[in-house]
Amino acid sequence: MRLKRSLLLCAAALLPLLAGAQAIAQEDLLRTTSEPGIRGGKLVIAQRSEPRTLNPVVAIDQNALGINARLQADLIHINRATQKTEPALAKSWTTSKDGTVFTLKLRRGLRFSDGQPFDADDVLFSFQMYLDEKVHSSQRDLLIISGKPTKVEKLDPYTVKFTFPSPYSAAERVFDGLAILPRHLLEKDYQEGKIGQAWTLNTAPEKIAGLGAFRLKQVVPGDRVVLERNPYYWKIDSKGQRLPYLDELTFIVVPTQDAQVIRFQAGDSQIISSLSADNYATLEAEQKTMHFKMYDAGPGLEYNFLMFNLNSDTERRLPEVARKQKWFRDVRFRQAVSAAIDRASIVRLVYRNRAAALATHVSPGNKAWFNSSVPVPARSLPHARELLKAAGFSWKSDNTLIDSTGQPVEFTILVGSSNTQRGQIATLVQDDLKAVGISAHVVPMEIRSATDRVLNTHDYDAIVMGLVSGDADPTPDMNVLISSGQTHLWHLGEKAPATPWEAELDQLMQKQLGAMNYQQRKNLYDRVQEILAQELPMIYLASPNILVGAQENLGNFHPAIIEQYTFWNAEELFWHPPAGK
Amino acid sequence: MNRQSSFNRSYPSLRSGFHTKFRRTWAIWFLLIIHAVVVLAGFVAPYSFETQERGHPYAPPTRLHFVDCTGSFHFRPFVYVTKSAENALNDYQPDCSQRAGIEFFSQGDSYTILGMFSSTRHLFGVQAPANLFLMGTDGFGRDQFSRLLYGGQVSLFAGFVAAAFSAITGLLLGGIAGMYGGRLDDAAMRFAEVFITIPWFYLLIAVRAFLPLQISPVVAFLLVVSVIGIVGWSRPARLVRGVILSARERNFVLAAKGFGASNAYLLRRHLIPLTFSVLLTQMAVLIPQFILAEVILSFLGLGIGEPFPSWGNMLAQAQQYHVLVSYWWMLLPGLAPVPVFLAYHSLAETLQERIKSNI
Repeated sequence: MRLKRSLLLCAAALLPLLAGAQAIAQEDLLRTTSEPGIRGGKLVIAQRSEPRTLNPVVAIDQNALGINARLQADLIHINRATQKTEPALAKSWTTSKDGTVFTLKLRRGLRFSDGQPFDADDVLFSFQMYLDEKVHSSQRDLLIISGKPTKVEKLDPYTVKFTFPSPYSAAERVFDGLAILPRHLLEKDYQEGKIGQAWTLNTAPEKIAGLGAFRLKQVVPGDRVVLERNPYYWKIDSKGQRLPYLDELTFIVVPTQDAQVIRFQAGDSQIISSLSADNYATLEAEQKTMHFKMYDAGPGLEYNFLMFNLNSDTERRLPEVARKQKWFRDVRFRQAVSAAIDRASIVRLVYRNRAAALATHVSPGNKAWFNSSVPVPARSLPHARELLKAAGFSWKSDNTLIDSTGQPVEFTILVGSSNTQRGQIATLVQDDLKAVGISAHVVPMEIRSATDRVLNTHDYDAIVMGLVSGDADPTPDMNVLISSGQTHLWHLGEKAPATPWEAELDQLMQKQLGAMNYQQRKNLYDRVQEILAQELPMIYLASPNILVGAQENLGNFHPAIIEQYTFWNAEELFWHPPAGK
Repeated sequence: MNRQSSFNRSYPSLRSGFHTKFRRTWAIWFLLIIHAVVVLAGFVAPYSFETQERGHPYAPPTRLHFVDCTGSFHFRPFVYVTKSAENALNDYQPDCSQRAGIEFFSQGDSYTILGMFSSTRHLFGVQAPANLFLMGTDGFGRDQFSRLLYGGQVSLFAGFVAAAFSAITGLLLGGIAGMYGGRLDDAAMRFAEVFITIPWFYLLIAVRAFLPLQISPVVAFLLVVSVIGIVGWSRPARLVRGVILSARERNFVLAAKGFGASNAYLLRRHLIPLTFSVLLTQMAVLIPQFILAEVILSFLGLGIGEPFPSWGNMLAQAQQYHVLVSYWWMLLPGLAPVPVFLAYHSLAETLQERIKSNI
């Protein structure tokens, strides 16, 4: 009798566990291959400013994207370490032969962080919002190909079909970052046309849910955003332990990098990213005594360049700029400027050798697409002089360069005043150009004013600036490279390609977009890089390394060269117990 | 009674008279020397302000030696050629096999003094490949000492010219307001108050935004000077007005007026000379303030642009955390104004004492 009662008690005690096991068995969970970790602990990460919104449909700032990626999940994800796509909410997918139709099988039995179930209706709802012109989502551009929208259909509660208007080589990668949002929480806002105002920093945490590894716990405006572990997350480690390991993930606002370094040294934050080489060197010297570890992930996807104003709308409005554009439009002038610049000095003095000199916009960090046969121009003043001479320039007795009309070659180089490294690059370029008789004046300017001049007024001669490719794939660069691109910075608003080489760039980029074979795409993109290195619409200078640091006992810390460099795998991060315990 | 009090007063004044004279003398001499050195920066500095020794970024101050690596003593100071290791950018090691003695009147970068005299001779220097960086180098390998001297041309003279501008404007407007009184006085003083309340920092940003992108360093200098000067005239104007208001009631002025002297004559002959001592004192106080204003403006990137140095834009580099903790010599431009300010303040104090004793 006693034994029977004990058995009954045991069975009663095991029942919830068994029920839990059954629930897990019903869920299509993703098993990760990373090092199994230990549950518990908190992690603090510093960000430059607070996110503007927690709404993934309208978020564009990096701080919001970083936090939203922890709160939400996508169908297919780019693994930041391998730079390849991998299954996420979509368990598997098939592609039609012509590369236009993608059929995605969704994971079953998953729940949003508020416990509500997830299915194909949430996918349909999310893409309906992204594609809605009235919502003004920045993701819409990714889903519009040749002016036509992508079609999304539900085949069954766990199967979704995407039909692209034309073959789309980067289709798999497009799904990365497109968060699948809870229809049950956002449908009302969307139908009332208020989706843009939904999920602000003032929204109560329980009204925000997602399929990400964490859920919102608290927002202290201007100070911190606190996330807590999502108990319904759909990844498990190799031991069957449900991720994430951390109980809490906090993003604090620390506006400057110098202040971030000090907070990191003080232990207020445990991860630091996007470090300048100088600050990296300072921290590197202390890493052993301060128990953190610094990582150099190699050249990232940022490229810094000197760009001349090649816009065609300056003739009447800005005669002084138009006069100088006669020099800038001559490829020999641009090539001479490129040959006069000492990229090795930029890498050494500005980035303390923690950067790569560039020939094109593709950095050597982008291993899949980098064209290694395009050489980085070495500084050669005789070559620069030859080119200038061939372009009709000559020198006065005091080494001042003059054009064919006798005008001295003099122009301004704009640079954003908040970026120390770019300011230093501009000063070095100014000094380099002096050697060939060019008088360049560096004008530091508040970054928004400088950007306004580049994008809207076109009132500038040259600018030192930088861009960061969003992905290793060539497709995000379409906007910069094709003549009709919204960020075709050197010549905006071209109705037709202004030059034969721009027409060729357009063709090559369109072709690679439709080519479904990697090698074919690579060949096309190699040619793009050759053209850019020859024609130099931007004089590519350097790509800084991704320099980061973390407390030494943070497990599974694998910095990557794609955003978010340090906490892209936040669900896998865990704290090793202190030594001796 | 009178004799007693004059004795009491004369004893301390005898003692302080010596101090005052000494203080005034050293202050004047010091300021003269500093300004002369700064004017002659091209000659005194071993390098040009823009020469980049790219192999020596953030090099510490060069050590002067009298004893070489073998222990031998040399009467002529010398330096060793330094090189940084391939992988450690700022770890400069002396090469004992290559030393260079300090040379006077050595050949170097060309320069022009006051836009008139060009030369390549420098007061001192060393032969390449050795370098003489008395205050180390910045991130581009530019000699901080040379840049400090050239930077003084901007910082010291911006303060001086702006203070002179303020004093002259203050004298004119304050003199007229004090002399004529009434509505003219009211208008001038309200005008002065408006200037006191202007947020000059935003004014400068606005002025800079209206100017073309490419402005020469001279224009940038004049811009800084004029903004500082225009905003700063109101205080001396109020002071001058006060002096004239009280002086115009004094007997000798009233007597002159009784003899038919015109207002213009009274101002020129009797009243304005009375304000000179007040104005000089005011200038001695304003100059350091205005030097500091230039330093702040350049620190914020609104003054003189690269590669031209000023004490402000040199100091701006030190606001970066890694510079603060790693390269102490980058903070020296912050110390440079201190003795200059002390000298000006000392001068102001002696001038003030002199005014008191005259009264």
